[in-house]
Amino acid sequence: MHIAPSTFGGAIEPAMHIPDGFMSPAVSIILWIAAIAGVGYALWRVNRELDERKMPLMGVLAAAIFAGQMLNFAVTGGTSGHLMGAALATILLGPWASIVVMTAVVSIQALLFQDGGLLALGANLVNMALVGSFVSYAVYRIMQRLVGTRRWGALVSGFVAAWLSIVAAALFVGLQLALSGTSPASLALPAMGGIHLLIGLGEGLITVGALALIAATRPDLLGATGGARGGSNRGVVLAGLAIALLLAVISPIASGNPDGLEWVAEQLNFLDAAQDPAYNLVPDYVFPGVANEKAATIAAGVLGVLIVFGVALFSGRLGRRKDAVG
Amino acid sequence: MNERIAAVEIVDLSFSYPDGHPALRQVHLTVAPGERVALVGPNGAGKSTLLLQLNGILRGQGHVRIHGLEVAEENIRRIRALVGLVFQDPDDQLFSPTVYEDVAFGPIYMGLPLPEIQERVQRSLAQVGMADYAQRTPHHLSVGEKKRVALATVLSMDATVLALDEPSAGLDPRARGRLIRLLKTLPQTLLVSSHDLHLVEALCPRMVIMQDGRIVADGDSARMLHDEELLARHCLSEDSCE
Amino acid sequence: MHANFIDPFHARDSLLHHVDPRVKLVLAVAFILTTALLPPAAWPGYILVFALILAVAIASALGPFFAIKRAFLVLPFVLAALPVLFTTPGEPWLHVPLGRWALTATAAGLARFASIALKSWLSMQAGILLAASTPFPQLLMAMRALRVPRLLVGVFGLMWRYLFVLADEALRLMRAREARSAALAGAGGSSVLWRAKVTGYMAGSLFLRGYERSERIYDAMLARGYDGEVRTLPLPPMARSDKAALLVGLAIVGSILALEIWVG
Repeated sequence: MHIAPSTFGGAIEPAMHIPDGFMSPAVSIILWIAAIAGVGYALWRVNRELDERKMPLMGVLAAAIFAGQMLNFAVTGGTSGHLMGAALATILLGPWASIVVMTAVVSIQALLFQDGGLLALGANLVNMALVGSFVSYAVYRIMQRLVGTRRWGALVSGFVAAWLSIVAAALFVGLQLALSGTSPASLALPAMGGIHLLIGLGEGLITVGALALIAATRPDLLGATGGARGGSNRGVVLAGLAIALLLAVISPIASGNPDGLEWVAEQLNFLDAAQDPAYNLVPDYVFPGVANEKAATIAAGVLGVLIVFGVALFSGRLGRRKDAVG
Repeated sequence: MNERIAAVEIVDLSFSYPDGHPALRQVHLTVAPGERVALVGPNGAGKSTLLLQLNGILRGQGHVRIHGLEVAEENIRRIRALVGLVFQDPDDQLFSPTVYEDVAFGPIYMGLPLPEIQERVQRSLAQVGMADYAQRTPHHLSVGEKKRVALATVLSMDATVLALDEPSAGLDPRARGRLIRLLKTLPQTLLVSSHDLHLVEALCPRMVIMQDGRIVADGDSARMLHDEELLARHCLSEDSCE
Repeated sequence: MHANFIDPFHARDSLLHHVDPRVKLVLAVAFILTTALLPPAAWPGYILVFALILAVAIASALGPFFAIKRAFLVLPFVLAALPVLFTTPGEPWLHVPLGRWALTATAAGLARFASIALKSWLSMQAGILLAASTPFPQLLMAMRALRVPRLLVGVFGLMWRYLFVLADEALRLMRAREARSAALAGAGGSSVLWRAKVTGYMAGSLFLRGYERSERIYDAMLARGYDGEVRTLPLPPMARSDKAALLVGLAIVGSILALEIWVG
C-alpha cells in the first residue's frame, strides 16, 4: 500500500498493495487459501459463461486497467486521485471476469514491480480482486434497483459502487494488519476506513467519467451487469452484502473494543514463536478513543444503510426476474 | 487433361455487416495457384472485408473455395491452415509474449508434434530473416520487423494462399523494399490489398479494382496503373472522386 | 507510483540468469517465507538472510547494491507499522509528548518495528532479483509449471504484451491533457471535479481501445486456428544442475529456519 496516512504527510493513493513482512505467516496463508478458492471459482465461472473471446478480452482489459492506474489527477498539495479499477471491470465484464482481470493486474504488479509482496499476494488478491469485485457488483446491482437503469442511474450506481469498493478493500487491509498484530485495530481500521472514504471518492469520479464515455460511444458494452445475467449472480450480491455486513459489524467493534480481535490475533500469531503473548492493543492510551470510533462508525454507517436498503429491496425481488437493461 | 483447381475461387459473394452496411456485392474472383493479385480500391471499397471471407472469419452469401475446399464450418480448421492472413496492424497479429511463441501458435493449434513445431518455427523465421529474434518481445521490434514476423506466423502453418492487408503501411522506403524483395521469393499464391501502387506494380502482375463492394476492373497491373483515366474513374488517384 | 512500466528484466550473462525460472520462483518464495517465519528481533537470522540475498545479488552480476537500493521503496509503507513502537509492552524507552497525551515507545517496540522494516526490505530484494534476472515469458512458463491455470497464465501473457502499448497510450493521453490544462490555467483554472472527469474519460478511452483491440486480436487468433482452448508449448525439461540448485537453495533456507528455532 503506497499510503502514508495524511497524519504523516506525503502522497495518498488508493493503491493498497501490502508488501511482505507486514502480515503474520498464518494470516498470509489463510488469505492465500481464500484467494486460490475465490480466483479458482471465478475462472470456472468465466469458462462456463464467456465465449472464446474471453482470453483476449480479459488480457487486454487487464492491460487497460494496469495502464489506467497510471492515470492520476491532482487533488490538493501532494495528493492525487488514482484508479484501482475493480468497479469499472465489474460493471463492464461482470464479477467473475473482473476477478480474473484484477488477479492479473495485482499478480503481475507484485511479481514484476514488487507492488505488494509475493507472500502477501494472497491477501492483496482477496482485497482488490475478490472484495473489490464482489462489493462493486453488489452495490451496483442494488443501486440500479434504487435509481433505475437509465444512463444517469448507471453513473450514480457506478460512483457509489466504485467508492464503496475502495472503502471495503481498505477495511480488509486494516483487518489483516490488525490480525497480524502489525497495527492496532483501533488505528488500522479507522485510519484505513476513514482515509479511503475520501480516496474512494476519486475512484468513484474516475469510474463515472469512464462510464460516461463508454455509455456515449459504445453503450452496448454496459450490458454485462444488467438483464438476464442478474439471476445467476444473486449469490454474488449476497456475498458482497455479507462482506459489507461483516465489515460494518467488525469495524466499530474492533476499533472500540479490540479484545475479541486481540484474542484471534494471538491465536493466529502462534507461528511468531518469540512474540509476547500478552500483546496489548491499548486504544485509549495510545490515541483518543472517541475520534477512532467516529471514523469507523461513519464508514460502518454508510455500509449499514446500504445493507438495510439492499436486503429490503432484494428480498422483495427474490423470485421475480426483472428484465432490466444495463 | 486435369483442370487445375483454382487457389481461390469466389462465386457470387455478398456480405453485409450487422448494422446493415452492404460491404460486398456479388463478387466473383478466381485466382490461380502461384498467382499474385493486387486488390486496390478506395477506403471502404470492401478489400479488408473480402480478405476476412477467405478464412471464414466473416461469412457471407455465396461461395468461397480454397483449393476446391468450401469455406464452411466443417472445413474451417483446414482452411485456416491453408490461408495465411496477415493483418494490417502487426500489433494485432503478434499477441504472444515472444516472437517464437507467435510463430509457433499456428503449428500448435494444428496439433503438430513438438519437433515439427520447432523445425517450422526456425525455418519460417529464417525465411523472413528474423532467425535471431526468436526470444524477443514483439513490442520492441520496429514496424518492418513486426511485419516480417507476422509473415512468419503464417508461413509456419505452410499456408498456400497468403492474404496480405496493407503490407507496406507504415514502412519507410528501405523497409518496404526489403519486404517486396522478400515477398517476391515466396512461391505461394498472393492476394495483396494495398493503397501502395508502387508495391502493386513491383509485386503483382494482376490487379483487381474494387469499389463500393464490387469488382469493377480486373486485368494487367502495368497497363492499368498507367491508365490515368481508369484510375481516376475508380477513385484511385489523388484528385479523383471529390 | 505505477509509472514504472519499464521491463524490469536486465540481461546479463550471470549464474543467476542461467538458473531455470521454475527454480528461481520457488526459491524466491521460499526465501520470503523463511524471512516471514523468523520471529521479531531474530538478528542472527536476519543477518544470515541478508548474507544469502547479497550472495544471490552478486551471482546475478547486477551488483550488490542493485536490489538493496530498490528495496528502499518499501519505506513509506513501513510507516504504517509505526504504532508497533508504542503498543508493544516492555521497558519504556522513549516518551513522546503529544499535547494532552504522551506516547511511550518501548525497547521491545523498537525491536519489533525494526524487525518488520528489515523483513520487508529483505523480502523485496528477492522479488527484485527474480524479476531482474528472469525474462517475463520465462516467468510465465514457471507459473504454468507450478500449475497456475492455463487461462490465467494466458491472460497474464496478453496483459503484459499489451501493457506497453496501452501504457504508451496512457502517457499520450496525459500529455494531451497537460497541454489542454495549460491552456485552461490562464482561463481560470480547472476544478478537481473537472480533472477527475477528464481522468475518467482517459480511463474510458483506454478501455474502449482495449475492447476494440481485443476484437481484432481475437480475429488474428482465429485466423491461426484458435479454438477457445488455451494451448501452449510443452514445458522444457529441467537440467540436473537446476534440480540441484533447487535442493541446495531449499536446504539453505531450511537450515536458517532450523537454526533459529533451535537457538531462539
